[in-house]
Amino acid sequence: MTEKRSRFAIINLFKYAGKFKKYSILAPTFAALEVMFDILIPYLMAKIVDVGIANRDLNYMVRTGMLMVGATLISLVLGVYCAKFATISSAGFAMNLRRAVFNRLQRFAFPNIDRYTTASLVTRMTTDVQFIQQMFQMLTRMFVRAPMMMIMAVFMSLTINRELALVFLVAIPVLGSVFYFIISRAHPLFIKMLTKIDFLNRIVQENLIAIRVVKAFVRHEYENEKFEEAVTELRQAQLRAEKLVTINMPVMMIVMNSCIIAILWFGGNKIIVGEMLPGMLISFLTYTQMIMISLMLFSMVFIMFVISQASVHRVEEVLEEEPTFSDEDGDPNLTVKDGSIEFRHVDLSYAADKSNPVLSDINLSITAGEKVAIIGGTGSGKSSLVQMIPRLYEVTAGEVLVGGHNVKDYKFKPLRDAVAMVLQKNLLFSGTIADNLRWGNQEATEEEMIKACKVAQAHDFIMAFPDGYQTMLGQGGTTVSGGQKQRLCIARALMKQPKIIILDDSTSAIDTATEKKFQQAFRENYQGMTIVIIAQRLQSIQDSDKIIILDDGKVVDIGTHDELVERNLIYREVYESQQEGSLL
Amino acid sequence: MRHGGSMGRMGSGGKGGNPKEGRYYRSRAPMKTLKRLLKVMHEYRFRILLVVILNITSSLATVGNTYMLRPVINDYILPLVGKQSPDLSSFIGILAVMAGLAILAASCSFAAARIMIYVSSGTMKKIRTDLFSHVQKLPVSYFDSKQHGEIMSHFTNDTDTLRELISNALPNLISSVISITGVIVMMILLSWQLFLLVMVHMTLILFIIRTVGSRSSLFFRKNQGELAALNGYIEEMIEGQKVVKVFSYEEEAKARFDAMTENLYHVASKANLYAIVVMPILGNLSYLHYTLTAVFGAYLTIHGILDIGTIGAFLQYTRTFTQPINQISQQINTILMALAGAERIFDLLDEPIEIDEGKIRLVHAEYDANNQLVETSCDRGFCAWKEVKEGEVQLTKLDGDVRFNNVSFSYVPGQLVLDDISLYARNNQKIAFVGSTGAGKTTIVNLINRFYEITEGEITYDGINIQDIKKGDLRNSISMVLQDTHLFTDTVMENIRYGNLDATDEEVIQAAKLANADSFIRHLPNGYQYMITADGENLSQGQRQLLAIARAAVKNPEVLILDEATSSVDTRTEALIEKGMDQLMDNRTVFVIAHRLSTVRNSDAILVLEHGKIIERGNHEALLEMKGRYYQLYTGIFELS
Repeated sequence: MTEKRSRFAIINLFKYAGKFKKYSILAPTFAALEVMFDILIPYLMAKIVDVGIANRDLNYMVRTGMLMVGATLISLVLGVYCAKFATISSAGFAMNLRRAVFNRLQRFAFPNIDRYTTASLVTRMTTDVQFIQQMFQMLTRMFVRAPMMMIMAVFMSLTINRELALVFLVAIPVLGSVFYFIISRAHPLFIKMLTKIDFLNRIVQENLIAIRVVKAFVRHEYENEKFEEAVTELRQAQLRAEKLVTINMPVMMIVMNSCIIAILWFGGNKIIVGEMLPGMLISFLTYTQMIMISLMLFSMVFIMFVISQASVHRVEEVLEEEPTFSDEDGDPNLTVKDGSIEFRHVDLSYAADKSNPVLSDINLSITAGEKVAIIGGTGSGKSSLVQMIPRLYEVTAGEVLVGGHNVKDYKFKPLRDAVAMVLQKNLLFSGTIADNLRWGNQEATEEEMIKACKVAQAHDFIMAFPDGYQTMLGQGGTTVSGGQKQRLCIARALMKQPKIIILDDSTSAIDTATEKKFQQAFRENYQGMTIVIIAQRLQSIQDSDKIIILDDGKVVDIGTHDELVERNLIYREVYESQQEGSLL
Repeated sequence: MRHGGSMGRMGSGGKGGNPKEGRYYRSRAPMKTLKRLLKVMHEYRFRILLVVILNITSSLATVGNTYMLRPVINDYILPLVGKQSPDLSSFIGILAVMAGLAILAASCSFAAARIMIYVSSGTMKKIRTDLFSHVQKLPVSYFDSKQHGEIMSHFTNDTDTLRELISNALPNLISSVISITGVIVMMILLSWQLFLLVMVHMTLILFIIRTVGSRSSLFFRKNQGELAALNGYIEEMIEGQKVVKVFSYEEEAKARFDAMTENLYHVASKANLYAIVVMPILGNLSYLHYTLTAVFGAYLTIHGILDIGTIGAFLQYTRTFTQPINQISQQINTILMALAGAERIFDLLDEPIEIDEGKIRLVHAEYDANNQLVETSCDRGFCAWKEVKEGEVQLTKLDGDVRFNNVSFSYVPGQLVLDDISLYARNNQKIAFVGSTGAGKTTIVNLINRFYEITEGEITYDGINIQDIKKGDLRNSISMVLQDTHLFTDTVMENIRYGNLDATDEEVIQAAKLANADSFIRHLPNGYQYMITADGENLSQGQRQLLAIARAAVKNPEVLILDEATSSVDTRTEALIEKGMDQLMDNRTVFVIAHRLSTVRNSDAILVLEHGKIIERGNHEALLEMKGRYYQLYTGIFELS
């Protein structure tokens, strides 16, 4: 990420044109052809003036005129096709690029996901890709067209009058270098301006999210000051950047007019001594215009290259992000035989240099069909521990075995189909309740779905909705309460018919009575399924076959409830604090 | 064309970039909006006038320069043809005039651009600041009724298009109109016969823009629809990326994504084609015009009606005149879209702000020699409400006595959320609310600090109706820990200090200790100087709640409200916090909302809410005795949803 990247980074992405490559080559080719015909027109016009008028030859004028009209019409057709090809290729390119990024995201492992914020990934996939698509379209149309127009115009003027064409050979490098100078100076200033905009947006975003905090603490003055400061900085950055660019237009006007005056002077003198005809002079003036416009277009293309850079880099960063681990070495024929779990000297660290271990030297052995509970304080590593079972995180040292095999020996799909997990921060998606439940198993029958929901204690409230299982959920499952959402998530996981189910603090919003009913129903209906529960309430896990106490990344004790009450001080303390008011 | 396109577009994303349903793309009342925009720019009116004058000068000088071709060719070149030792001095003279005009045009254009960026950046600053400070004053109900992505988009997308409008589109439009007018006048002066061709050309241009334009906007809308759907899906899938992994749903997600991108591809290639095909058509139309002018002009010259110099100048004009017309046709859409953005900004600026008609202020107070309360400038540790009645100052000691007298409230008229609630809370008391989601617990606390206004009844604070208290002062006397914790990008120290900007570092650390946050803070790299980013996403939910409690504690308020403040903290830590809390709650009025009944057990009074009514009240023991709803909840017979 730190290495300096090219200003022309967008070129790296051209490979995503894929089967649309044909069109991305055809578009500039047609643009080049279009320019060839355009360029003939001033030349033919000169002929009309110098031959037609001079000889008073109406016939010649009409014939040449027809040639010009023909050239224009051909050029028109070429131009329309160029536009067509450019749009097809850019839309196709965008499609391929989006798919490439999306596919890459699907390959991300949890540590990869943790590296990006949701908002930043969304921006990359939406705003950035859209921007790159626009740039791509512009580039296919302009990148060849602009220099081609310039070269051809210079070529034509050389044909008409070699000496007079020297004017362009002076003007083009002058204007070109001025443009280059301005743009390359302006670029870092614009980047600075953009970071100021980002900064400003961040302030607004935080303020909006936390508006209740702002109001509760009566901090609007303070927030206004913070904003005022940022907005002033932005204005200064903007002025610095845009000031430089305002030189562009006047410089271009000066150079263009200098060309015209030079052409009139030298050309005029040539006409006076009879070395040139007036029509040629007029065509020269038109070529001047063409050259200037093409230079300006070219400088715009250049600017586009530069400003698309940031977007390109952001997208590339995702495309180049290697999944921290994959299932490449997994045996495709291996399936999970049973729900046994074993941890052997497992360490886990999220840091690249393996420092600050979250878990160290974990040893566990869980037999298939057991009910296991994990308890521990905030930050003791409970979630990290269970997330290694379906290999959502990779061990730093040691090994995790599921069904008697190292999790690394499986492909992801059979492993994760056998190990269902209900995440702490869980999500439902927009669609019907049934759609959401089917995430667990596309082919599940109605009966299987209802069975899972009954066990998860979700069936009754689902049926209480007028549309039952066809009830539409909003994005993020906004139409159901927290407890209902948790039960739907459990049902969704049960539908997979997994060998192991892990509940990561996913019953916190469900009351004890309901939770008890769920556990009872679970025992009756899913015998032999290993269940691993992370919970705060000891009440719901007292009957576990094993209770694991984690503290600061280490297993402090393992035992049954009775054993732990007997011998473990922390456990007893928690138990008693929760016991105090309970009548049960 | 002036500044090389909109660079702001790539400014940070944030959500809300996607056009959602209900957002309109084109302005509804362009002239009205434009007028209002000009009003905002009022302080720059002389500068804007100057810019217009400079632009007119620049355009006229440019147009005039082209006209010079006729005399140059007709009077200074052609008459000298074939002459021995021609007198070139007058030729040089007219070229010098041209050079002068060119310099004039260039410098005017330069000056105009310079002034314009000053004006546009200043205007943008003003609009941004106005917008932000207005948003700060909006009532909480506004934020609750909108997604913040939507409000955010006013700050990002809408200001972006507005910036484009002010710094590019409008100035370009003005100079294009001036150039076209100038060119048309010159062309008529040069040859009305050739101008007939121009008129045909212009009609054709308008016709083409019309036909293509209407098809284009149809496909544009379709395109936006598909794009919004796709972006929505992207957002959802990225949000749920971990769930996708857990369910190994990757292949299904890809298949659906592929289908959606395929749809977008078909619509997008059409929409873009209609958007850009105008350019080659108009470009070549201009060459056609050029051709016909040459032929027709030559014909007229043969018949002695025109001359070569006129043709030369006219030909140049035909080339220059299409450019601004193209530009206008392209800009019109941009302008209408930008004006729509401006309208949305103005709509937001017109949103009514929170009403605050309260007059009673909070002041520092002390007892004088006669044991009378008097106002003081220094902090003696307690405050008083200051009321000025008919010139007489009346001070009431701030005590934290809160009463609800028959309070009813509804968010939507007719749907009571709270129904005839009466309660009282005194200093040194802890009042707890228990009830299902939607029973109205959070609403009660929303009313105490006037995030919402009650529909009926009265809430008093130390005997004063809270409607009479200045809102800022009311809120300053109350500290809240909200259900959702929000932190700012800053150090841990500053985040806690947010509760009381005057707090010293020691006081901040003291508050952190009280909230039991001190030990985890010290374990962070850099301790209290640890930078919190992105709403504290690098901290666990429990840690964030501890910081929020510390932030409330440092404020040292009279009334403390804890709305599910410890829901994500494990029970052991919670027990530790509670010890600190006892200290924190000492000598204060405390309201607690909690899901876990263990946290409300030691309250002085527990109020059980159901459907907006208080159905049971009493302390823990009394409520258990009653064997009612609280008993059911406590023993797990009844579920809190």
